[in-house]
Amino acid sequence: MTEQTTKTDNGEEFLHFELQGEIFALEAIVVREILDVITATAVPGAPELVHEVINFRGKIIPLADLRLAFDMEPTEPTIDSRIVVIEIELDAEEIWLGFRADKVLEVASVAPSSCEEPPMVGLRWNRDHVRCLAQRGDDVIIIPDLPAIFEKALNASSAGIAAAA
Amino acid sequence: MSEQGLPDPTATFRIEAADVLNEVEQALLDLTERPGDRNLIDAVFRGLHTLKGSGAMFGFDALAGFTHHCESAFDQVRKGAVAATPELISIVLNAQDRMRALVDGNVDEERQNAIIAQLTAAVEAASGDAGDGVDIADVPSLAQAEGWRVMFRLPPECMANGTNPLFLLDELRDLGECEITASTDKLPSLAELDPRECHIGWDVVLRGAIDKDDIEDVFIFVMDDMELSIEPLASQVTDDTAAEDGDPPAAPTPEEAGASAQTTGTDGRTTSGKPANDTLRVPAERLDELMDRVGQLVIAQSRLSQIAHSDVNLALRSVSEEIERLSGELRDTMMVLRMVPVSTLFGRFRRLVHDLSQETGKAITLTTDGEGTEVDKTVIERLFDPLVHIIRNSCDHGLELPEERIAAGKPESGNVTLCAHQAGGEVVITIRDDGRGIDRNRVRAKAEENGLIKPDQVLSDQELLQLIFHPGFSTAAKVSNLSGRGVGMDVVKRTIDSLRGTIEVASEPGAGSTIALRIPLTLAIIEGLLVRVSEERYVIPLSSVEECIELSLEDDLRHRGRSLISLRGALVPFLRLRELFASTKKPDRFQKIIVVSTGSERVGLVVDQIIGNHQTVIKSMSAFHRGVASFAGATILGDGTVALILDVPQLVALTQNREERLQAAG
Repeated sequence: MTEQTTKTDNGEEFLHFELQGEIFALEAIVVREILDVITATAVPGAPELVHEVINFRGKIIPLADLRLAFDMEPTEPTIDSRIVVIEIELDAEEIWLGFRADKVLEVASVAPSSCEEPPMVGLRWNRDHVRCLAQRGDDVIIIPDLPAIFEKALNASSAGIAAAA
Repeated sequence: MSEQGLPDPTATFRIEAADVLNEVEQALLDLTERPGDRNLIDAVFRGLHTLKGSGAMFGFDALAGFTHHCESAFDQVRKGAVAATPELISIVLNAQDRMRALVDGNVDEERQNAIIAQLTAAVEAASGDAGDGVDIADVPSLAQAEGWRVMFRLPPECMANGTNPLFLLDELRDLGECEITASTDKLPSLAELDPRECHIGWDVVLRGAIDKDDIEDVFIFVMDDMELSIEPLASQVTDDTAAEDGDPPAAPTPEEAGASAQTTGTDGRTTSGKPANDTLRVPAERLDELMDRVGQLVIAQSRLSQIAHSDVNLALRSVSEEIERLSGELRDTMMVLRMVPVSTLFGRFRRLVHDLSQETGKAITLTTDGEGTEVDKTVIERLFDPLVHIIRNSCDHGLELPEERIAAGKPESGNVTLCAHQAGGEVVITIRDDGRGIDRNRVRAKAEENGLIKPDQVLSDQELLQLIFHPGFSTAAKVSNLSGRGVGMDVVKRTIDSLRGTIEVASEPGAGSTIALRIPLTLAIIEGLLVRVSEERYVIPLSSVEECIELSLEDDLRHRGRSLISLRGALVPFLRLRELFASTKKPDRFQKIIVVSTGSERVGLVVDQIIGNHQTVIKSMSAFHRGVASFAGATILGDGTVALILDVPQLVALTQNREERLQAAG
C-alpha cells in the first residue's frame, strides 16, 4: 500500500475518509491496511478512546474510536464502515492501531498551500486534535493530529478498574 | 534469511570471549576449592591464552595486552613455580572482570595497572621457595636458539571457511628466517581434483630464537581442525615440548584412506578444552519469530478443528486430527528448543557468593542441586535479578558471623543451597540458608512501624513472612552495601508476579529460612480456562484455578451484604466479574464461581458460563492497555476474535482490598 503513495508536486497523498458526515484525511504513508469491520473485544478499564482490541494478522492491536476525539455520537457500523489500520510513533515506540471510519473515500493529494491552521474560534472540536484544515472545492477536510489524540490516551491514568473498584 | 549475511566477526568474538571468560571464571572458582588440580590450572591457562590470541586477532589490543599478564602469571602456576593461592585467584577474578569490560571496549588504564601490580606482588609472594621474585612479565621463554620445524596440513574445506594458507605462511615468515616446502603427496589426480579444496601441506623450517607460543598463535584459529606439529630442530632435544599440554606426535599421522576432513586430523589441539558437542548458536529473535509462527499455527489449527467437527466430511476430520497432532508436536518441540538448563543461571551465583563471603567476612559455601532442570530462556534471564536479591539477603541477614555460628553450635561456614526441580508445569527454585532464620517479631514490629499492618492485626504465619516482600520493607538495622535499603525484596515479588509465579517462605528460628519460587516453565503458551462474562470471553490461567462451583441462589441474593461463600468451612470472598467489567446485560440464571488462588490466598470469580479448556498463546497488549491491571495479556480464539487473559494475582489483591474496605465500613 505504501509503495503506491508517491509524492507529487501537489503535495503528499492522503487517505480521505468520512466520520459522521465530515471528511477527514491522513497521510497515506501511515496507513497499513483497510479492513472490513470485524468483531472487536472490549477491554474493561482501558481509556475510552481505545477501549477495544482486534486481531490483526495474529497481532492484538487497539481499536480506537476517533468519534470520541471529535465529540461525535457513537453509531452502529454500516455496510460502508471500515477499519483503517495505521502505524504511528508514540513515545518513541511504533504503535499499530486501528480505527473505525464510516466510509473510506479515496487516496488523493492535498496541496500544502490549501492547508490552514485551525481557527481559534468557530471550531466545534478540541483544537489540539486538529493539525490543519484543507480546502477542496466547497469541502473542508480535517487533518487530525493523531499523535496528539493518542498521546492523551497513552498517558491517561489507566488505573481503570482498580480505581473504580 | 539471506539478507542477514555473515555475522559481524567482532560480535562473534564478543560472544565467544564471554563463553571463554565464563569457563575461566568457573575454573578459577573450582580452583579455590581444589587448589592443586592441574586440569583446572590448565583450563584457566588455556582460556586466557585463547582470549589473548583471539583478542589480538580481532584488534582488541588492550585486552590482549592485559590478558597477557594474567596468562603469564598462570603459566608460572602451571609450571609449579607459583602456588594458586586464594589471593592470586581473587586477583585473577578481578582481572577477569576487567577483561569483560575490555571486551565491551571499556579501557581503564588505571585499574588495569593496579591489577597488574597486585598480580605481580601476589605472584612474588606465592612463588615460595621456588620463586626468586621472577618478574612475571618476563616469563622464561620457550625459545629455541636453533629454531623449529613446523609441519601443518589444513582441512580440505578450509578455504571455503575463509582461511587463506598464504596468510599463515606470511605470518610464519614474519617470525624469522624460514624455509617453506610444500608437500604435495596428497594431491589427487587431476580428474578428482577439486580446485576449491586445499590439498597441500607445508613443511616449514624456522630458524632463530622464536617463542613456541608465537608459532602457535599463528594457527590459533585453525588449530582445532588441522594437523600441526611443532618440533625443535633436530639435535635440540629438550623436554620442554613434552611438558606442553598434550603436544602432537612428532609427525602427523597419515590420514586414513578417504580422509573425511576435520575429525581425522592428529590430536588436533583443542584450545578451549571443551568437549566437541553438536550445538548451534541461533539468535534469540529467530527463535521468537518461529515461536510466533507456531503460535499462529496453533490458532489456525484450532479453527480448522472447529470447522471439521461441525462438518460431516470424514476425510476433512481425519486431516484435521492429523494436523492437530502435528501442530501439538511442533509446539512441544519448539518449547524444548527454548529450554536451557538452570546451570547457566546457578553458575553465575558462585562468583556472587564468593564475593559476598569476602565482603561480609562470613565463610559461605554455595551448594547447588538440580542444575539439569530446564527452563525457558526468557524465564531464566528474568530470574537472575530476583535470585541475586534473595541470595544477598540470605548471606547478609540470614547467615551469622562465624563466631555466632560456633556459639550456636553450627559449623563455622554458612551454607546457601540453590535447588531446582520440575513439578508439573512448573519449575520450583529453592534458596535455603542455614542461618538464624527470619525474626518474626522484628518483621511484625517493622511492618507496624511502617504502617503496613495495624498493631493488633491478626496475620497467618505465611502472611507475616510475606511482608518482607512488601515495597519499602527492610529489617536490616543498618544499611549495608549489600542490602537493607528496602529495595530488592519487593523487586523479587514483582518479577515473580510478572512471570506468573508464586513465592513461598518458610523459616525456622535458629535453623535458617527457605524461599521457594514456583515459576511456570514457559511464558509463551499456557493452559487456560475459557469463560464467558456477559458477552465477552476471558481466559483464566488454569494453573491458578482451584475449583469451579455453582453460585447458589441464596449466596447470590446476599447481594448488598458481603460477597463471601463458605467453602468447606472456610470463608472465601468472591468478585463478580460482570460488575467489575461494568457489564449492563442481565446475568445468566446459573452463575458459576471459579475459585482461584495465588499461593495461600483464595478468591472466587463469578462468571456466567465456563466454556472449557483452551490452549492459550499469550500475546502482549499494546501500549495503550499495558496499564490495565486486571489483564495479563490477550489471546486469539478459534474464531479469530480476541479474548483477554485475567491477571489472577491482581484480581486477588483487588478483591481483598475491597473486602477489607467493606469490613472497615462495618
